[in-house]
Amino acid sequence: MSILVYTESENGKFKKNAFEVASYASAVAKQLGTTVTAVAFNTSDASSLGDYGVSKVLNITNDNLKTFNAKAFANAISEAANKETAKVVVLSSSADTKFLAPIVASTLKAGYVPNVVSAPESTSPFVVKRTVFSNKGFAQTQINSEVKILGVSNNSYGIHENSTTAAVENFSPSLSDSDFSVKSVEIDKVVGKATIADADIVVSGGRGLKGPENWGMIEELADVLGAATACSKPVSDMGWRPHGEHVGQTGKPVASNLYIAIGISGAIQHLAGVSSSKVKVVINTDPEAPFFKAADYGIVGDAFEVVPQLIEKLKEFKAQNA
Amino acid sequence: MKILVCISNVPDTTSKINFTDGDTKFDTNGVQFVINPNDEFGLTRAMWFKEKQDATVHVATVGGPSTESTIRKALAIGADEAIRVNAEPTDGFYVAQQLAEVVKNGDYDLIIAGRESLDYNGGMVPGILATLLGMNFVNTCISLEIDGANATAVREIDSGKEKITTSLPLVIGGQKGLVLESDLKIPNMRGIMQARQKKLTVIEPVDALKATEDTKFEKPAAKGAIKLVDNVDELVNLLHNEAKVI
Ligand SMILES: Cc1cc2nc3c(=O)[nH]c(=O)nc-3n(C[C@H](O)[C@H](O)[C@H](O)COP(=O)(O)OP(=O)(O)OC[C@H]3O[C@@H](n4cnc5c(N)ncnc54)[C@H](O)[C@@H]3O)c2cc1C
Ligand SMILES: Nc1ncnc2c1ncn2[C@@H]1O[C@H](COP(=O)(O)O)[C@@H](O)[C@H]1O
Repeated sequence: MSILVYTESENGKFKKNAFEVASYASAVAKQLGTTVTAVAFNTSDASSLGDYGVSKVLNITNDNLKTFNAKAFANAISEAANKETAKVVVLSSSADTKFLAPIVASTLKAGYVPNVVSAPESTSPFVVKRTVFSNKGFAQTQINSEVKILGVSNNSYGIHENSTTAAVENFSPSLSDSDFSVKSVEIDKVVGKATIADADIVVSGGRGLKGPENWGMIEELADVLGAATACSKPVSDMGWRPHGEHVGQTGKPVASNLYIAIGISGAIQHLAGVSSSKVKVVINTDPEAPFFKAADYGIVGDAFEVVPQLIEKLKEFKAQNA
Repeated sequence: MKILVCISNVPDTTSKINFTDGDTKFDTNGVQFVINPNDEFGLTRAMWFKEKQDATVHVATVGGPSTESTIRKALAIGADEAIRVNAEPTDGFYVAQQLAEVVKNGDYDLIIAGRESLDYNGGMVPGILATLLGMNFVNTCISLEIDGANATAVREIDSGKEKITTSLPLVIGGQKGLVLESDLKIPNMRGIMQARQKKLTVIEPVDALKATEDTKFEKPAAKGAIKLVDNVDELVNLLHNEAKVI
């Protein structure tokens, strides 16, 4: 028996969340007195997981799995879980992983708890804490099935080093054509820019910015900070920004270290989706805007004055701290 | 084409969330329930298939009698028939097994569900349902076209979008984007009158695994007061030295 963790990668390199879920899995393994096995697809640095407490990596090398495919990946993970007689399977909260998680749950007849924010409260019975109602509450959820699947919220547990040696083993899951009956034909993605899911910092603009032509300064601020750009729902509904940038209860969730909201009023649906960010900054002309009640730092002021000043100041700061 | 839209009954997004009975239950007092917003996009897309491709559209929910006003709303929007499985939807695995029975008995080609319910944010019912039924599955679906047995979908990924081809029978987890916000259907008087005559079948649940249960709830800790600053120098200083995020 061991703990199985699915460590996600992109172009052969682990994503940041892989180290977070590995760290989380190590904590669970410690509680249960067992070890962690990772399953990874087409990675070149599998042994680096040892730094986060993983003692074995099932490394899959397969050209058919270079592009993400939920069913094929899920079936490989389920097969790995069976092979390792894993009692707990740890997953991230990326869009891809949330796609495959229910398939794994169904295949393993396992209870799946998403949005988990801390190490299990107890292991017998098995209880974890997760967010519910779009971050407006927490639940203690007990899992009654023999195998348990945990989806760890982005950035909630953190990356913890816990050095051990990871033995890398080749693993060839038995896949069939039917695993590929859902085919990816075209991927249209932003490259070379932080994504809302992975970024440490997210810079977000709302209707207060008046129009799409004013997003230059938002992009520039994001550039200086190495941040992802995001927006409120009406901004994407009006086509000022792409739909994928819409954050909030009905858009993407944000759980960054720093979230900067510019010209966003702070409607309840917006706040629900961004509230798990650790530090929130608001820049808004209206001191009564609800966001001022939900943020850590704020400037009451006109974005068209404050943002350019902030960009200059940050450039200076970066130059000094480089 | 026969479509089933799975409707989750959730608190209006503006609801204040409170817990009761020693923090073991969600307090429904004063809460207005609505069609889960992700399902509303799916239902509207289903109406498009009904109008343009002659599809038959049924809706199903797993829930107690109090969910009937929400399903009536789906009928008023234009669904042809509704099914309610009379059980409390406390676990996603359980709900998916109940819906799988509905699908088996109804011979549906396309199951439209939502990416997640905005109450417990499970994000699992469509994926489990598809796997139980051996159907194809596309999650975070923002566009769907059907041509005979072929389906073309677009799904949202973390860094953009992905175009997908697959075939019926298919389950999707839909969300905003499936139809334009401005095309969302609001029931009109005629729809509401017609909905009263439409068939709403109540069925009892089958025995099924309940994999999880929520034993206790809590609200997030109250937020400390905001620090207002009046210049960017001070802000950068605080973000660096106090918050340590830059
Ligand atoms: C079912 C449902 C789901 C929803 N889901 C989401 C969601 O997921 N995400 C989301 O964002 N919204 C969501 N909404 C919409 C939400 O209710 C608000 O309408 C929306 O968040 C408001 O966007 P905003 O803050 O950009 O615009 P507004 O509310 O119009 O606010 C603009 C702000 O900009 C300020 N401002 C104006 N000029 C300036 C300036 N020069 N400098 C600085 N500030 C300025 C104003 O004072 C104001 O506070 C949802 C609504 C519903 C009904
Ligand atoms: N009780 C339910 N009855 C019918 N459909 C449901 C129910 N719960 C969830 N669903 C469907 O599954 C989707 C995802 O829900 P969940 O897995 O609960 O986040 C929802 O958007 C609905 O389409």
